[in-house]
Amino acid sequence: MDMKVAKKKLGLKEKYRLMTRDLGWEPTYRAKDEVFPYVNYEGIKVHDWDKWEDPFRLTMDSYWKYQAEKERKFYAIIDAHAQNNGHLNITDARYLSALKIFLQAISPGEYAAHKGFARVGREFPGVGTQVACQMQAIDEIRHAQTQIHALSNYNKYYDGFHAFADARDRIWYTSVARSFFDDAMSAGPFEFMIAIGFSFEYVLTNLLFVPFMSGAAYNGDMATVTFGFSAQSDEARHMTLGLECIKFMLEQDPDNLPIVQGWLDKWFWRGFRVLGLVSTMMDYMLPKRVMSWREAWEIYGVENGGALFKDLARYGVRPPKGWDDAEKAIDHMSHQFMLGLYQWSFGTSFHSWIPSDEDMDWLSAKYPTTFDKYYRPRWDHIRKLAVAGTPFKNFGLAKLCQTCQLPVVFTEPDDATMSCHRETEYKGEKYHFCSDGCQHIFDNEPEKYVQAWLPMPSLFQELNGDIGAWMNWVGLRDGEDNGDYSGSRDQRNFDQWRGMATSNT
Amino acid sequence: MSTVFIALQANEETRPIIEAIEIDNPLAVVNRQPAMVKIDAPNRLVIRKETIEEQIGREFDLQELHINLITLGGNVTEDDDSLTLSWAE
Repeated sequence: MDMKVAKKKLGLKEKYRLMTRDLGWEPTYRAKDEVFPYVNYEGIKVHDWDKWEDPFRLTMDSYWKYQAEKERKFYAIIDAHAQNNGHLNITDARYLSALKIFLQAISPGEYAAHKGFARVGREFPGVGTQVACQMQAIDEIRHAQTQIHALSNYNKYYDGFHAFADARDRIWYTSVARSFFDDAMSAGPFEFMIAIGFSFEYVLTNLLFVPFMSGAAYNGDMATVTFGFSAQSDEARHMTLGLECIKFMLEQDPDNLPIVQGWLDKWFWRGFRVLGLVSTMMDYMLPKRVMSWREAWEIYGVENGGALFKDLARYGVRPPKGWDDAEKAIDHMSHQFMLGLYQWSFGTSFHSWIPSDEDMDWLSAKYPTTFDKYYRPRWDHIRKLAVAGTPFKNFGLAKLCQTCQLPVVFTEPDDATMSCHRETEYKGEKYHFCSDGCQHIFDNEPEKYVQAWLPMPSLFQELNGDIGAWMNWVGLRDGEDNGDYSGSRDQRNFDQWRGMATSNT
Repeated sequence: MSTVFIALQANEETRPIIEAIEIDNPLAVVNRQPAMVKIDAPNRLVIRKETIEEQIGREFDLQELHINLITLGGNVTEDDDSLTLSWAE
């Protein structure tokens, strides 16, 4: 009888060498510069691409195996969600507003990241980098697809989900995330890596996917927890890739430091502004809350971000320029943004509401230095107007920041009673900004940002200011998708169906 | 001192992995949150294949961690036997 000899398994390092580095080749009939034309113009100097290390040493064969496993787990839960009235098991239909913002603003961003990584995977000459970017490109399209698929179950029953792709391109608050990704995708390959690998993955996704998804679990939404954690399992790899890319640039040549620092300054602030949406989702839109935006920032911003910059100090990197202003904004941003969403709710494809007494008590406990002083009186006043039958509605159009595209709703870093507004004149035109951070970004690359597509001016350029035509154009059904949650069709349906699900009458 | 961390989904597959991490990292602090477990440690956290295998009673490929991994913080060093998270001292 023949003895069965087990094939010797390759070690991790050997397998990684064979299945990544060994796949590369030197071009012979074209110069390398012709094959990789975009890798030099940003000024980043690379002397040895083989110094690029993927710490996880993931190879394509293992990648497919583990991703398939993640997909099986994902679909098992999505099926169970659809089969077990998952749309009625959430704590409250107010929660759906957070999902609508997610689908309209964030999921299309995943798709944009997919396109970006497919592109930079082609543009970088190093094989290790190419393989890692290829995996991330596939991850990102998986995220877009699984998110859209999971949320399609809610679209069968609730308003505001149906036109997310039009909303992404055309509505005003989604242009915040859209402009972030457009900015990244129109940058060079190295800057793209900082924008997505560092700012989006390291600064943003922890705050977006971890406490928020844990919050989704708390609110009975297994579908979202599942796509969230399934996506975030890839993000751990992406963050590692982003950090690796920063270290690689800094180790290759000392001349790279000022360029990298400039990008860190820029993309930290760009990412922080996108987080304005997330802060409001966490503090106001989860009926049951795991932690406040402030508490999440302490863990993932101060503690983890702080550790990262302390680590990078050995290369001469300092914390990003807007770091102190960000810290000053933390206790204000979710309130200021929710007040904005509420007053402009005629133009949002989700519902907003006046926080209840219980919600406000929670907010004052979590924000002891700011909520009662600055924001509770405003909500009290708004509630008085609503009770009197004259709700506080703003049918004017918000002035937008030319860089981040958020309405200019924030206050001065050191004075929460003073609206923050900056202006730059460039070639005879005036441009408006919400902060010093956004103004600096514009001033460094004015020719890029004067081209920004801004939703408010477009309403006049393309539709002569006709709000009804604008609603059709963005896929927003007046009286169904927008306005106050109280009295909405979502509220009526949820209450009625939940009653039917728990009784026999 | 900086904190490194790893967060895993809370499920049957990760229960023994978390136990293994606690065995190998006496300074680690385990925080249980809805649907997830976040493990913090000062400066350094090591996850050993051998300890996990002792807990689950079968062979374990460290890359299986990817399936239930939510997020991490720190520089990653991985080989066949261990995965280490660390910040520069």
